[in-house]
Amino acid sequence: MAKIKYIEFNGTEHEADVANGLSVMEGAIQNDIPGIDADCGGGMSCATCHVYINDDEWFKKLPEKEMGEDDMLDQAFEPKSNSRLSCQLIVSDDLDGLTVHMPEKQV
Amino acid sequence: MIKTDVVIIGAGPTGLFCAHQLGIIGLKCEIVDNLDKIGGQCIELYPDKPIYDIPAVPKCTGEELTNNLIEQIKPFNFNFHLSDRVQKLKNENNKWLVKTLNGKEFETPNIVIAGGVGSFEPRKFPTKSAEKYDGKSVLYSIKDKTIFKGKSVVIFGGGDSALDWAIELSNSSKVTLVHRRDEFRGVPASVQKIKELSDNKTIDLITKYSIKDVKGNGSLESVEIKSESGESKVIKADYVLGFFGLIMQLGPIAEWGLNLDKKTIPVNTENFETNKKGIFAIGDICTYPGKLKLILSGFHEGALAARGCFKYARPDEKYRFEFTTASSTIKDRLGVKE
Repeated sequence: MAKIKYIEFNGTEHEADVANGLSVMEGAIQNDIPGIDADCGGGMSCATCHVYINDDEWFKKLPEKEMGEDDMLDQAFEPKSNSRLSCQLIVSDDLDGLTVHMPEKQV
Repeated sequence: MIKTDVVIIGAGPTGLFCAHQLGIIGLKCEIVDNLDKIGGQCIELYPDKPIYDIPAVPKCTGEELTNNLIEQIKPFNFNFHLSDRVQKLKNENNKWLVKTLNGKEFETPNIVIAGGVGSFEPRKFPTKSAEKYDGKSVLYSIKDKTIFKGKSVVIFGGGDSALDWAIELSNSSKVTLVHRRDEFRGVPASVQKIKELSDNKTIDLITKYSIKDVKGNGSLESVEIKSESGESKVIKADYVLGFFGLIMQLGPIAEWGLNLDKKTIPVNTENFETNKKGIFAIGDICTYPGKLKLILSGFHEGALAARGCFKYARPDEKYRFEFTTASSTIKDRLGVKE
């Protein structure tokens, strides 16, 4: 279990307890947190669960991107070097306290 | 005006199998899809990715699944209307009048929306200023490459479309390729070619930059790009091209008076009809308690929606359930001989 903080582009904060094994994306969807669309449902094929990890320490701590994630991020809305696809961030106790920022929009 | 029993919106696996079921029960349909090819997400998002949960098919790719479905509905000779999009619906005397973006018109008692997560559209530049030039000098696809001859063209993106056009246009235009990172997702041969063209100064390659603004006075003059650390550059541009892949938009479906739950359409699970009589929704775009976004669920939904369509297409006939193994009528429709 990890407490994940989701911050919308307008600054609205949401916090959710997300069970281990779920993705950060699923944590948002299951808790009706706006700002993450996840059109493809977690298949790493749409780039609409795009988030920024603004804290550099956290960004480095996350599991590295697998092949293909950056390719999808190329197709996201305003990708940056601290962008991740939240469907690829699998929750474990290690992620407790993670904060993700949502982009202005997904599509 | 084309008169038909059913218009199917979406040529993904769900729409294709629904067409099969309509053919089996003796109904005609016309299939409209925004993409230029058949297959929907299967072909656009994951043509090479194996799928493992199609019943009785241990493993197949999106492309194989699509090809098999096309083969399966071949006997019915249904028409496909590709690169087109259903734009307007109007109800008249219990018939739906359907208009597409390309000006086609259908009259039908039934519409089956098998639209996935909506229609695929190119992702556009996030900059507001680019909208003003959209379709004129800011483009997301190329119809006529001769317009670029002798012009300054700035291309954004790192996939095959961006690389292929940068290579192609470098023969006759001043090309700048801008990409947000050093790695490209295009095929290795194209990436290699781009590096060569950049090394011998045929094209300008700028990485780790993205678009900031487009500027012009009536016509486009330049594009400003920015790095993440805040540096910016201004590049002369007659044309700006963006190739960031496709996104899915619900589009006109949102304007047809259907009940919507986020981006999905609630249906009843008896025949997958929506709140509008004669409009059905199946596959990823429909929702109901327990909905699973699986291809196999879409097949089931399409089979039931097809029977729902029968009621309105043949109001004076009673639907008769038959097996394909036993029915000679169905075998006739399939064109198979005993």
